Amino acid sequence: METNIKSILNNYPEGSADSLIPMLQDIQEHDGFLSKEAVIEVGKYLKMPASKIFGVATFYNQFRFTPLGKNHIQVCRGTACHVLGSATVLEEIEKNIGVKSGQTSRDGIFSLEVVACIGACGLAPVIAINGNFHAKVTGESIKEILENYRNQE
Amino acid sequence: MSKTTIIVGLGSCGLAAGAGKTYNEIERIKNTDKLDFELKKTSCIGMCFREPLVEIIDDSGTYLYGNVDVTKVDEILEKHIKNFSPIQEYIVKSDKFDSPDKDFFEGQVEIALRNCGHIDPESIEEYESKNGYAAIRKIANEKLKPEDVIQKVLDSGLRGRGGGGFATGMKWKFAYNNKAPQKYVICNADEGDPGAFMDRSLLEGDPHSILEGMIICGYSIGASEGYIYCRAEYPLAIKRLNIAIDKAREKGYLGKNIFGIENFNFDLKIKEGAGAFVCGEETALIASIEGERGMPRRRPPFPAESGLWKSPTNINNVETFANIPWIVFNGPEKYNQYGTEKSKGTKVFALTGKIKHGGLVEVPMGITIKEIIYKLGGGIQGGKKFKAVQLGGPSGGCIPEYLSHTPIDYDSVNATGAIMGSGGMVVMDETTCVVDIARFFLDFTQKESCGKCTFCRIGTKRMLEILTRITKGEGKDGDIETLEELSHSIKDSSLCGLGQTAPNPVLTTIKYFKDEYEAHIRDKKCPALKCKELITYDVIPENCTGCTVCAKGCPVNAISGERKQLHVIDHEICTRCGVCFTKCKFNAIKLS
Ligand SMILES: Cc1cc2nc3c(=O)[nH]c(=O)nc-3n(C[C@H](O)[C@H](O)[C@H](O)COP(=O)(O)O)c2cc1C
Repeated sequence: METNIKSILNNYPEGSADSLIPMLQDIQEHDGFLSKEAVIEVGKYLKMPASKIFGVATFYNQFRFTPLGKNHIQVCRGTACHVLGSATVLEEIEKNIGVKSGQTSRDGIFSLEVVACIGACGLAPVIAINGNFHAKVTGESIKEILENYRNQE
Repeated sequence: MSKTTIIVGLGSCGLAAGAGKTYNEIERIKNTDKLDFELKKTSCIGMCFREPLVEIIDDSGTYLYGNVDVTKVDEILEKHIKNFSPIQEYIVKSDKFDSPDKDFFEGQVEIALRNCGHIDPESIEEYESKNGYAAIRKIANEKLKPEDVIQKVLDSGLRGRGGGGFATGMKWKFAYNNKAPQKYVICNADEGDPGAFMDRSLLEGDPHSILEGMIICGYSIGASEGYIYCRAEYPLAIKRLNIAIDKAREKGYLGKNIFGIENFNFDLKIKEGAGAFVCGEETALIASIEGERGMPRRRPPFPAESGLWKSPTNINNVETFANIPWIVFNGPEKYNQYGTEKSKGTKVFALTGKIKHGGLVEVPMGITIKEIIYKLGGGIQGGKKFKAVQLGGPSGGCIPEYLSHTPIDYDSVNATGAIMGSGGMVVMDETTCVVDIARFFLDFTQKESCGKCTFCRIGTKRMLEILTRITKGEGKDGDIETLEELSHSIKDSSLCGLGQTAPNPVLTTIKYFKDEYEAHIRDKKCPALKCKELITYDVIPENCTGCTVCAKGCPVNAISGERKQLHVIDHEICTRCGVCFTKCKFNAIKLS
């Protein structure tokens, strides 16, 4: 894992402050989250205190500090989705997998994230699982969708 | 005889609706049956309510098929391609006959969206075949000076489409007048309004028009570097922008001495946002590009004077840039023939919510809300009653039905207490609770406040708490007045637009729907029957057949009753999830 972080950092030879966010994005893309070790490594590379990096990373919704589940669920919290019932869908998902937004289920099968508008408002309410969109989801249909992912084990 | 072409709409919405599978199926049948047509890709065609969309263009005319899921592909190819007989019932738009959906397109004027849904966004040649890069060429050929171009933009009357509505030509002029060795152009593609997708569709559907708009801006203000700050939630837009930038570089449209203009160098980089609404604000956006926490700072100095790395910087929205090549190529007079006196040209809206025909529309300024909703949008879903429309997202407000004759221009919309915003238009019907909507937006702004200004950080939290209480039936006398007082304090003492506008959704709903707030507070009732704590589900004895479907479906076992006997709902256990209501086939569940 460590060698991977090094190779990501080496893509930013100039090592300037404005590479910080892209670097963290690359690391998260690769590892699924930002580990403490990774943050320290970045700090050494950019000659920046780790506290400063945590300060920047925690400001942005995108960054996670716990590993993702096997299936990552993103629920859109946009206005169109809200008007068409996304709150019920979210509630059902939370109940079904037993975790709240930002958490990963104990068995590691699901992680849940509430995201700002995905921009597919015409198909609201929308959720994405592992990047695949599910359109016009209801509190009922979500159960089947989750079951399908669960059975893929 | 020209070759028949089949074009599939592969924007994010289309892909979400399964257009990728449709495309693959067409390709598969084309290969196995050795069919002779050209298969092409395009992006968003705008008609979200009919996705996936497939257009067939042959010698006889153009035919846009709607709702083409994989199962329909075989039939359409069989009849239309092999036997030359279009299937009229699936066609949503054609130049050969009227379709039921024709109103969606009538009344639209395509300027910013001129190429969306018509060209393959990954092909620079297709963009060029539609007068792409012709505006910057015109500048080069006619040896137009930067001042000349800025004058054209000023004359067009174009105002920024990112929400503020500031005159674009003026902004360019400020940046031009500030002499400095290095200047920057930034495209704001952060599209933060949670209910809007105009910019996404433009980025996915016509990335080169944004590039060309930025190149023209670079030439005009004297900048050699540009950034596109695009939110990370739009992976397809980022992918297509990257392709567009690579192709433009290959052709020498980005780089040194481009378009034969001596000493004109311009190149572009993409910066991915990291999910913070406030980063759409221009000074926060600049901080974010610099690698900092995205917190707004005081203006002045404005970015035109001291922006990215303290150099003069011009920031415009995606749609603003998309208009630029068209204006330069066709002339400002042609642009400002559309619109009203103070709001020229067209505006793109993302029409969503309880509307029958939701999608992306571009309309001339001055059109009324009513026309958009009833004519283009086909009215309200399920025959329900139109209640209000929300413009401008978390910074905007609700405009009630009785003001739906309001024309869409900056001043008329502002007069209602809402704002034009960037183009989100969420339609609400009688079953939408406006207090819940106000609470929804405050929840959003409260979470997204960067925390710098006390009133924005804590004031929005207090407002959210009050609104949450009200929707739970725990409202008190004086709550409305406290909300209003907090609203004014937050507006007066916040540094940036986030705080200054965050109370708008609350203020407008109080202004137009005070009775609904009072019903929640005083009578503990939600007139729209939406707020869970204030509604009850009951069985209507006359209609109940004792089929047990509701009892089986109830996730908390709140419904009891023997087979063929009357069922009852225990209000203590009931969580008001509404499953029984949707499952009952006999209309025997009552909501009150
Ligand atoms: C909280 C906040 C969020 C904003 N979000 C956006 C956005 O997502 N997209 C955008 O173009 N402008 C946004 N703006 C407006 C920008 O600050 C800026 O005015 C705009 O990018 C200028 O471009 P224009 O003149 O072409 O409209 C936002 C402003 C505020 C205060």
